[in-house]
Amino acid sequence: MDALGAAFGLVLQPDVLVAVGLAAVFGLFVGAIPGLTATMAVALLVPVTIFMEPVPAVAVVVTVVATAIFAGDIPGALLRIPGTPASAAYTDDAFAMSRSGEAELALGVSLVYSVLGGLVGAVVLTAAAPLLAEFALQFSSFEYFWLASLGLTCAVFMSAQSRVKAIGSLLLGLLVSTVGLDVVSGQARFTFGTTELLGGVHFIPVLIGMFAVSEVIRHMAASTSDLRVPARRIGNIFAGVAAVGRRHWRSVVRGNALGVGIGILPGAGGDIAAWIAYAVSKRCSRQPERYGTGHVEGIVESASANNSALASAWIPTLVFGIPGDSTTAIIIGVLYMQGLNPGPTVFLERPELVYAVFLTFFLANLVMLPLGLAAIKSATLLLRVPRDLLMPIILGCCIVGAFAINNAAFGIVVMLVFGLVGFLMEENGFPLTPAILGMVLGRMVEEQFMISMIKAEGNVLAFVDRPIAALLAALAVTVWAWPAVKTLRSRVAGLRPVG
Amino acid sequence: MGGMRRRLGVMIGLAALVAVGCGGAGELGTAGWPNRPITMLVAFGAGGGTDANARIVSGLLERELGQPVNVVNRTGGGGVVGHTAIANAEPDGYTLGYVVAEVAMMHWAGLTDLTFEAFTPLAMLTGTPGAVFVRSDAPWESIDDVLDEIDRGAEILQASGSGQGGIWHVTLAGVLRSLARDPGAVTWVPHQGAAPALADLAAGGVDLVVSAPAEARGLVDAGRIRPLVVIDTERHRLWPDVPTLAEATGSDWNALAWGGVAGPAGLPADVVATLQATLGGIARSEEFIELIERRGTGAIYRDAGGFREYMAASDASFGQAMAAVGLVP
Repeated sequence: MDALGAAFGLVLQPDVLVAVGLAAVFGLFVGAIPGLTATMAVALLVPVTIFMEPVPAVAVVVTVVATAIFAGDIPGALLRIPGTPASAAYTDDAFAMSRSGEAELALGVSLVYSVLGGLVGAVVLTAAAPLLAEFALQFSSFEYFWLASLGLTCAVFMSAQSRVKAIGSLLLGLLVSTVGLDVVSGQARFTFGTTELLGGVHFIPVLIGMFAVSEVIRHMAASTSDLRVPARRIGNIFAGVAAVGRRHWRSVVRGNALGVGIGILPGAGGDIAAWIAYAVSKRCSRQPERYGTGHVEGIVESASANNSALASAWIPTLVFGIPGDSTTAIIIGVLYMQGLNPGPTVFLERPELVYAVFLTFFLANLVMLPLGLAAIKSATLLLRVPRDLLMPIILGCCIVGAFAINNAAFGIVVMLVFGLVGFLMEENGFPLTPAILGMVLGRMVEEQFMISMIKAEGNVLAFVDRPIAALLAALAVTVWAWPAVKTLRSRVAGLRPVG
Repeated sequence: MGGMRRRLGVMIGLAALVAVGCGGAGELGTAGWPNRPITMLVAFGAGGGTDANARIVSGLLERELGQPVNVVNRTGGGGVVGHTAIANAEPDGYTLGYVVAEVAMMHWAGLTDLTFEAFTPLAMLTGTPGAVFVRSDAPWESIDDVLDEIDRGAEILQASGSGQGGIWHVTLAGVLRSLARDPGAVTWVPHQGAAPALADLAAGGVDLVVSAPAEARGLVDAGRIRPLVVIDTERHRLWPDVPTLAEATGSDWNALAWGGVAGPAGLPADVVATLQATLGGIARSEEFIELIERRGTGAIYRDAGGFREYMAASDASFGQAMAAVGLVP
């Protein structure tokens, strides 16, 4: 428990508290502007975190993600445009509520259940991660190979868009991950003789390009003008929130449980959690016909789910170094730059830092309550910020950020190239997250596979020799075979004569 | 389209403004060195051991010179990218670098043509020996037990600690060669660095790990692994009960993961003289020694001439060890 005391000492510092406050304001702003996502907010912040101590750096990232995901609900309720993809599932309901004069209740429910969801996620993270880390200390390259393979599988299976396009996106990520020095043989691959590419393609400039520059390009290509925001006064948002909770307590519990569960899966974050929670809520509800017409039940469940998924996405991130979603993929980069290499040993060697990370989740969600209220009150002002001013500032921040990662102009080139790639992918319906996970996990799969093969002297059976590895292998093979089995069964069923 | 073009123009203009606003100082002359901030390039990532040493040195150098010394990490390619950047920098004294042992290895592996001769050495400041670790429940009590196991040859041992051809791989090869064992008798399992290799050792994935004591300290304190021998001329402060390689086996082979400050070749003589004197003062200060040794690294000072000799000797020794395990193409 010494570590916990030390963690409190690390978190309750003026610089950490100021950083959390500023990060909350930034996150609320970015989240509330449609088109600017939580992932983009984090990508833009990475270069700033390089110059910070580990605890405030992580606290900033945690706060920005939590507040941005909540703030995405504000334009959803007022304009029917979700601020971030995580709010898209229940935008119709929230907007319908606003139209019938219940904007306060819709926003109040979003805020309170987002905060609650965030706190539940933080409790689960704090309780589960150290236990899992103790277990993960027994993991060798064989187990990591299967885990990373499962991660790649999830990246495709959990995609909201076409599975074939998700595979295409994943393959692009895997291809990019092969550039640079091969860790096993030390040979250069796809470097075309340049020193810059010897270090591989750093994925932070790629991320900044894909998530931020692509949005700037989209803004330039589209001729949409600024949003027309009707002036509106927002009253007391907390009236009736408790009553909604009492009436729909099952949704609160289920939304949080779903959020936590989905967050842990690699490749699935807050947005997928919100969609699934909304669908489950509708199926279990006594009034499914009212969904989409301004029914609060779905908002309660999905708003809980998207925020509780954020903290649980950190469980595989911290314990195995396998990102739970696209923001935690960036966070792995931040952790490495801070010397906090994710993996089970960080729990043994720097427990006070791990506990400090957990505490920042509680802090971020508590700060969100008053600041979120302020954001709702000033929503009209926030939504009227002119895009033509905002986009160049974002592009400027992108350039500075891509340069700062390795202090090289090469980062800017990478950022611009992937900005264009990201724009073209999104325009054609290819999801971006599988590409990012492919880049992060591709290295891991290859490396762990090669390490395992060297250890096993080429004997493939060694991959299922250790009990945990065998279990993970069985799981992976089942998931891979499942679509084939399903197709086969439906074929067989189709062949059988009817009647 | 006209609207779009205008928008593009405004956008690029404003973006440039933001980027330049964040940029900072421009170019100035070189007279009266140093009259502007100095850059200290580091070839490995922030948070690692090399970075920490460079940051300690830079902090003290900044105080002595009265100009900011900014640590800039240029990572990638196992150190090739950063060291190339140091060697190719303008030799005006405003770009220096923390040059480390990989310089004496990567050219042997054929990764680059860059050798220690591409630098103006200024001062060697740090060095850490390797140590051999096994899992706490391993059957071997000493390095002799491990050597017996190798000689028995019933099962081929597997070791890790760095990538293929990384410093600890070469160190193990050097040790085995000096003990008249075949360096290929132990399979090297490449890992990205000491941290994942040590985690794999704790998980039962490999039998031995060679790494710096500072990096293994956490797992040793947690009772998961234990050190068998320190590959150095004297025992390590962290574990005074652990013998040196010479005490345990009689082989006096040793190697350090050394580091020091250097500039590109052709640094002006007055800059070199000032830096040598300043770095020498820092290296002997109690503050520096305390800061470095608290991290578990050794504060080992050699002046510019001594540093050059040490780099040449290290280059030859690593070259032999690498040839012995077939790492030289």
